Amino acid sequence: MASETTVGAMPAGVHESHGVWGFTKAQLTALVLLVAFLAIGPFFLYPVFLMKLLCFALFACAFNLLIGYVGLLSFGHAAYFGMGGYIAGHAAKVWGLTPELAIVAGAIVAGFQGWVFGWIAIRRQGIYFAMITLALAQMIYFLCVQAPFTGGEDGIQAIPRGSLFGSISLSNDMAMYWFVAAVFLFGFLMIHRIIHSPYGQVLKAIRENEPRATSLGYRTDDYKLVAFILSATLAGVAGATKSLVFGIATLTDVHWSMSGEVVLMTLVGGLGTVFGPVVGAAVIVTMQNYLAEMGAWVTVIQGGIFVTVVLAFRRGIVGEIANVFRVKL
Amino acid sequence: MTELNRRHLLAAAAIGAGAGALPFRSARAQAANTIRIGVMNDQSGPYRDIGGPNGVTMAQIAAQEFGNRGFNVEVIGADHQNKPDVGANLARQWYDQGVDVILDVPTSSVGLAVNQVAREKNKVYINVGAATADLTGPQCSPVTAHWVYDTYMLAKSTGGAMVRAGGKRWFFITADYAFGHALERDTTNFVRAAGGSVAGSVRYPFPATTDFSSFLLQAQASRAEVIGLCNAGQDTINSIKQAAEFGLTRRGVKIAALLMFIADVHALGLEQGQGLVMTESFYWDLNDRTRAFSRRVQPRLNQRAMPNMVTAGNYSATLHYLKAVADMGAAAAKGPGVEVMNRMKAMPVEDEAFGRGTLRQDGRMMIPSYLFEVKKPSESTGPWDYLKLLQTTPADEAWRPLSEGGCPLVRS
Repeated sequence: MASETTVGAMPAGVHESHGVWGFTKAQLTALVLLVAFLAIGPFFLYPVFLMKLLCFALFACAFNLLIGYVGLLSFGHAAYFGMGGYIAGHAAKVWGLTPELAIVAGAIVAGFQGWVFGWIAIRRQGIYFAMITLALAQMIYFLCVQAPFTGGEDGIQAIPRGSLFGSISLSNDMAMYWFVAAVFLFGFLMIHRIIHSPYGQVLKAIRENEPRATSLGYRTDDYKLVAFILSATLAGVAGATKSLVFGIATLTDVHWSMSGEVVLMTLVGGLGTVFGPVVGAAVIVTMQNYLAEMGAWVTVIQGGIFVTVVLAFRRGIVGEIANVFRVKL
Repeated sequence: MTELNRRHLLAAAAIGAGAGALPFRSARAQAANTIRIGVMNDQSGPYRDIGGPNGVTMAQIAAQEFGNRGFNVEVIGADHQNKPDVGANLARQWYDQGVDVILDVPTSSVGLAVNQVAREKNKVYINVGAATADLTGPQCSPVTAHWVYDTYMLAKSTGGAMVRAGGKRWFFITADYAFGHALERDTTNFVRAAGGSVAGSVRYPFPATTDFSSFLLQAQASRAEVIGLCNAGQDTINSIKQAAEFGLTRRGVKIAALLMFIADVHALGLEQGQGLVMTESFYWDLNDRTRAFSRRVQPRLNQRAMPNMVTAGNYSATLHYLKAVADMGAAAAKGPGVEVMNRMKAMPVEDEAFGRGTLRQDGRMMIPSYLFEVKKPSESTGPWDYLKLLQTTPADEAWRPLSEGGCPLVRS
């Protein structure tokens, strides 16, 4: 497990040199490219597609915080993503909250869920940890099928996008896009900040060698739990934003296959890289969108890509690029 | 893996990415006089045989038979995978990119999700494949029509008629989610109203139940005369097969499959399907017009399937929509969906598959419903000769009365 997760994290011989806000030069370049893409993207591509992409990118980044930097493979992240969506949808539709408050509500509930589930799951490692998270996520799935407020297999439909801060209407796709882009950037920068804080350094120490971190005096369980809560909260933000974009929250988002999809995105993009999950999410969502006409073949192609990446490019797309240029991304 | 192999892979990936980028560039030419019809249904899952590729073909046939009357018609199809979010996303994209009407959309949850998008975008939406009566009830919309069937009509025809035919004591096997609950509730009302009783019911976890034996044994133990199946697709087929294996049907227990299509009978076979009672609003062998129509289109359908209620509904709906477009002009038809739908409601529906019909204020298409029994193998003369007519419910009695649906359009 430990040797698996170190792949792609830090190419040997690269020294960490922190420039502006903890970004290395290479990361700063990538960030500028990313922001430029966010700024001009909607003028060339369908904004709703871009919004979907950003929601999944944030979800994958949140997941990567756990697997890439703490070495914990959670196989139940759909529970936080989906529940964030349901709560935000319910808050916006039934309670009439403004979109930003609905997202906050979704994030709080997802974070609380992460606290409870994390508290149970971090007692075990490796496959046992993954299985516990999966089992708990399946319970949430069952809850969502049965609970009245989720609408069963209909989901919560006709969720209003509402007005930002009660004044700026988001019903226009472009207005919504800028809001989603802002939420994404906020989440992305927050994750970057967490990773590069002293707290993030301890997380990486735990990933590399947990007994050693313990022997140095760190209460590793506390660190892992906080990371779990942060990851669940951000997954909740992503799910909440997605449900506002599409006006619908459904069982698809809490289904275990969603938990699998986010693993795929992160692995394809590059485990333990800041930009990897964004690229991975872009690749997978683009494929699902533009190959939709091929029906069941999309899953087969996804499987093929997964096998190829795992066999030949274990660092993922961004990880391989970082390795070639010997930089940290 | 050697470096060389990785380079090959990279090159292959680059070529693949290039090919994938092509759809981005093929900017769709949008002629002002081209009407685009989007048929959205299940192309790969359990409801594929009900609509699927044949549903798209039937819309194309209707467009071709309609001919060019001053505007072109383009029919496109897509798979919604029975997921409401995929359907809503696709509908949004289609309407934004110049699709004028969305058609079919089976699976109630997806049907309702697309309904919301159509209302928001003010574009025409004709639902053919979904069961939920909410589309013309609390969730009715001024741009939506519901074409061939709904849960109320199924429950009324099958439930009421079976009680009158002597099946007084019922037991329900229900898929434990909103659609199953609604169907059970509606059918229970009609059974009780007709003087029948409900001996019990069991709800099974949905999805992922394939073994119905314990539920069938409960039904048998209740000594019910009729087992009502409030489920759909593969679940229905599995429950019927297992009921036959337990010998329930041979012992005179009637099975009422509350939502069943002729495609399901085809999959099941007459040996196991015989004696089943089901309700449809279309059967190919109903009269001379339906026979002529079905024989004409059959060669063009996948696996030479006979048209069923849903695929025939796609034909009928496409034809009626195009008549309204021709009547008001293609340019006006590309405008607000409400006006197109109002024009459709003002014109009588007339085609070979369903005969005469009218489109009610709440979007409900008013046609008769028919109660069928699945034939014994000895009664059948050949492939697709599966059903015999038991009873016809006239159009004005088959559907939920306008005042009872709770549709906000009706009050205004």
